[in-house]
Amino acid sequence: MINNPFTLEGKMILVTGASSGIGRSIAIECSRMGAHLILVARNSQRLEEVLHLLHGVGHTYLSINLTSEDELENMVDALPKLDGVASNAGIVKSQVSQLSDRSDLEQIFEINTFSHIRLIQLLQQKKRLNKGASIVFLSSMSGVYCGAIGGSLYGSTKAALNGFTKALALELAPRNIRVNTVNPGMINTGIFDQTVLTKEQFEEDAKRYPLKRYGKPEEIAYAVVYLLSDATAWMTGSSLLLDGGYSVQ
Amino acid sequence: MNEFIKNFAIQFDDTELSEFKAETNFRELDEWSSLISLAILNMVEKKYGVKVSFSDLREISTIQQLFSFVEKNKK
Repeated sequence: MINNPFTLEGKMILVTGASSGIGRSIAIECSRMGAHLILVARNSQRLEEVLHLLHGVGHTYLSINLTSEDELENMVDALPKLDGVASNAGIVKSQVSQLSDRSDLEQIFEINTFSHIRLIQLLQQKKRLNKGASIVFLSSMSGVYCGAIGGSLYGSTKAALNGFTKALALELAPRNIRVNTVNPGMINTGIFDQTVLTKEQFEEDAKRYPLKRYGKPEEIAYAVVYLLSDATAWMTGSSLLLDGGYSVQ
Repeated sequence: MNEFIKNFAIQFDDTELSEFKAETNFRELDEWSSLISLAILNMVEKKYGVKVSFSDLREISTIQQLFSFVEKNKK
């Protein structure tokens, strides 16, 4: 295609949480747009499977635990210079505030917030971000645009990413590095299979969306591609909400 | 069992403790809600290490039944 502003041709892009769900979809769609990918997650077998789904060549994966400071630092040492980061790794927890304690807070903040922030800090310190690079955090509609019963911890971790994004955007602007978030509503990924909710509860919940369904992982991946591409060269410190119209109600 | 009933009852704010018996049908309590049902599931997982889903809970209506389910699934 001639002069496609959405291309990722030749860009080196790191995707965390790439072994499943939205992360896997981001990896696939980025590869379709011509990017070279470095996939990160814990499970090397699943990463291997995702690697085989990618288009093009020159992709690789690193199997690490992002919440381990040592593993994270070793990984960043091994990285080439990056043109984009899709910081996506995360878990959900459906737990009412009253029954939560410090260990619950630490567990979810470690992966959903701290690992994202530490990754970027290390990429900065070890000079792994090219000029003009784009950083995208996978945040959520929850905690930023609305709340849900049992979602106080999860929402807090995501709102923290939105907060981090704003100041980071200012600090990286002199190097023309952009920082934005994507804030999805409920996406059909299987991540919620780990929770206590039933299939019927999900079906009921999906009806509350004006567009009458949950999102698909690739619909979030397209937004990430957009933010990683030069089409958004003048966009930083922003949040892109994709929620089927849920939070305008 | 008494301790279980107490842990169950504490998730409610307005219902008197005396209303909670082993055979109490908790679905019939005025205060029963989706928020409290999630709190009960969280409590059972935290205090007894048993993960109960909403599907499991749907089959249960008394505190005794929930207690038995938890006992059966304890590791």
